[in-house]
Amino acid sequence: MSETIFGDLSGVREGLAKVEYLADDGIASVVYLAERLGKPVLIEGPAGTGKTELAKSVAAMSGARLIRLQCYEGLDEAKALYEWNYKKQLLRIQADRGVDAEHEDWVELQDDIFQDEFLLTRPLLEAISAEDQVVLLIDEVDRVEIETEALLLEILSDYQVSIPELGTIMASQIPLVFLTSNNTRELSEALKRRCLFLHIDYPDLEREKQIVLTKVEGISENLAEQIARVVRSVRQLELKKAPSVSETLDWARTLVLLGIESIDVEQAKQTLHILLKYQSDIEKAAKELTVEA
Amino acid sequence: MLDLLSGFVGELRNAGLPVSLTENLDAMEAVKHIPIEDRDAFKYALAATLVKNEQHWRAFETVFEVYFSLRGPEYNVGDPDGNGEFDPESLEEWMSQQMQGMGGRGGGQDMSPEEIAEMLFRALLNADEAMMAAMARAAVTQFAGMEPGRPVGGTYYLYRTLRNLDLDGMLERLVDESAQRYEGELTPLAERLEREEFENRIEQLKREIEAEIRRRLVADRGVEAMAKTLRKPLPEDVDFMHASREEMANIRKAIQPLTRKLAARLARKRKHKRRGPLDFRATVRRSLSYGGVPAEPRFRHPRPNKPELIVVADISGSVAAFARFTLHLVYALQNQFSKVRSFVFIDGIDEVTHMFQNEEDITNAVHRVNTEADVVWVDGHSDYGHAFGVFWENFGKDVNAKSTMMFLGDARNNYHSTNAWVLKECQKRARSVFWLNPEPRSYWDTGDSVITEYSTYTDGVFECRNLRQLEGFVDNLA
Ligand SMILES: Nc1ncnc2c1ncn2[C@@H]1O[C@H](COP(=O)(O)OP(=O)(O)OP(=O)(O)O)[C@@H](O)[C@H]1O
Ligand SMILES: [Mg+2]
Repeated sequence: MSETIFGDLSGVREGLAKVEYLADDGIASVVYLAERLGKPVLIEGPAGTGKTELAKSVAAMSGARLIRLQCYEGLDEAKALYEWNYKKQLLRIQADRGVDAEHEDWVELQDDIFQDEFLLTRPLLEAISAEDQVVLLIDEVDRVEIETEALLLEILSDYQVSIPELGTIMASQIPLVFLTSNNTRELSEALKRRCLFLHIDYPDLEREKQIVLTKVEGISENLAEQIARVVRSVRQLELKKAPSVSETLDWARTLVLLGIESIDVEQAKQTLHILLKYQSDIEKAAKELTVEA
Repeated sequence: MLDLLSGFVGELRNAGLPVSLTENLDAMEAVKHIPIEDRDAFKYALAATLVKNEQHWRAFETVFEVYFSLRGPEYNVGDPDGNGEFDPESLEEWMSQQMQGMGGRGGGQDMSPEEIAEMLFRALLNADEAMMAAMARAAVTQFAGMEPGRPVGGTYYLYRTLRNLDLDGMLERLVDESAQRYEGELTPLAERLEREEFENRIEQLKREIEAEIRRRLVADRGVEAMAKTLRKPLPEDVDFMHASREEMANIRKAIQPLTRKLAARLARKRKHKRRGPLDFRATVRRSLSYGGVPAEPRFRHPRPNKPELIVVADISGSVAAFARFTLHLVYALQNQFSKVRSFVFIDGIDEVTHMFQNEEDITNAVHRVNTEADVVWVDGHSDYGHAFGVFWENFGKDVNAKSTMMFLGDARNNYHSTNAWVLKECQKRARSVFWLNPEPRSYWDTGDSVITEYSTYTDGVFECRNLRQLEGFVDNLA
């Protein structure tokens, strides 16, 4: 893999900032190491804190193609790796029969239907066989069953895939791989050992403010600061679901649309439903904000 | 460097972190790519390779701070502000430079308490982190009264330092000053947020002071001794019965994913066949678009089979701390399972399912259970026998082949009769019966504990004193 994608450590941060992703030291260090060591990164953390976005941004900054495998319960090899297009194969068999029903050479036919033409390439195989620079995002890996996780592990260990009918396909380059997890279940120790681990938590005040300033058009520094402060304050409450970065951004956009320059308690209360999703959380936060210092 | 790293990894293992050989090697490889003077990056590189569980971050950080707080030339891991040499003279020198920068007040060999307070005030007001760190050092020098070899803990020095700094008074001064700056134009909300911001900075200062004290203690006592003093159980090993508030909050957070896992385990038996049986008709219908070739077999949907859970929990005084945890577990379970029925008991028993239902706030639910549940029959001392008897009488008919039952309690029965036959009946009818006991196994069946009488009729009694054990229980459900 080329040694020059990121330059040095600060290059990672700057590169990400250019594509509007604001990384902290932890994030930048791990991305940098991932490239240096050629190791996959397992990203964990609360919802909406920029896990998926990080993989996308790394692809964007390095000009690589993003290949995404969205995981879900029941995802299997056929959907993750490859599958023979058996409909097409069947139709070919049918067609062959029609033309030349007399000498059906099974061996020939078999050779015929196990060709690239009949192979449906799924994200994992696509990433491995890519000739160009790719970033592989395996999103929400905690949703797959343990068997599928084993398949992932195998691929992440060797970066090769063997297809019985075609032989072994080896990666011509080790792609950067990001796996995200919302921690709905414990991943296997083996998978964790294979990966660098990155926990992305809610950003601190300054970084959240910068994210807001970067992503929300027409917002003033003053408002961004206030928003970040309110959000920090709300996150300290014991809530069913704390506001995520995406929710902070939604709220910020709303306030800008409403033409608000400086938030007062009433406005905050009226727009809290954008920041918080549960009625009980909204009530709790409203009460909390009303109490004077 | 290799020695230092292996010492570090050894200490992580002492603290209970599971560091494998590969991870150890990865860490050594990783630090080769990190500029040595970048202390933060160094820390993150080690964390990314050695710590694969967010719950372990705290423990990691403590060990890291101890191990890499002595930045002698042989270690060479720089301080964030490049100025952490533990040399009083250069510190003085640097501070006097800082002070001159602050407006010409030279000298500063011996800062008076007033001067420290004043400079700290400015630093906090302007969020000047370098100055805050410098003042943290000055304050420790001035107020902590640290003496080499003195066998007192860090908290004592921290207390002495903080008492002298009067940070509460400082906070008020900061708030007043800022109100003046804005000439009373701050809305009440903005004012409140401003106060929170100062509180945050003061918290940061406290951490800085703590770190400074720790550094000096490490210098005095050595890395190993300090690492040992600071060692704490990992979150998964914290005993439910003795958890502090903060630890309890951690435990609560961890319960949610565990119950999800539990739900998945209990549902799995029926689910591993993702597809139902072949749907012959649909397949034929589909085949029409392929000229009669059944190219796309269709399957019936598997019938979703929701497991039912019946939880029976002791909330008596002997397990009061455990009961706090239990109620959170029950709450989390009710979010996971469509059908959970919850019962709590002391010497009487009451169904509390409805108190958890549609209750978005766990605190309210717990409050309702504690105030409304009718669990006292005679004197409010545990009587498992009576509680179970009443349970069977009123709800026994609801236990059936779909039910999984979970009993939670220490089985300390105050020498009442056990009515173990209730468990026997439950086991006959239910799919499975489990018991979680918050007491150490060695206490079982001592004194008034009658756990074995009950355990005969269960599919297993599990010691459940901490998250690790709870997780083990969940994992073992076949
Ligand atoms: N550091 C950041 N810089 C810029 N934008 C960010 C950052 N972090 C989060 N965001 C914004 O927050 C939104 C949510 O991020 P993302 O979808 O990546 O979250 P996630 O962690 O993958 O969440 P989930 O767990 O729900 O999948 C994105 O639209 C992104 O714009
Ligand atoms: Mg995501």
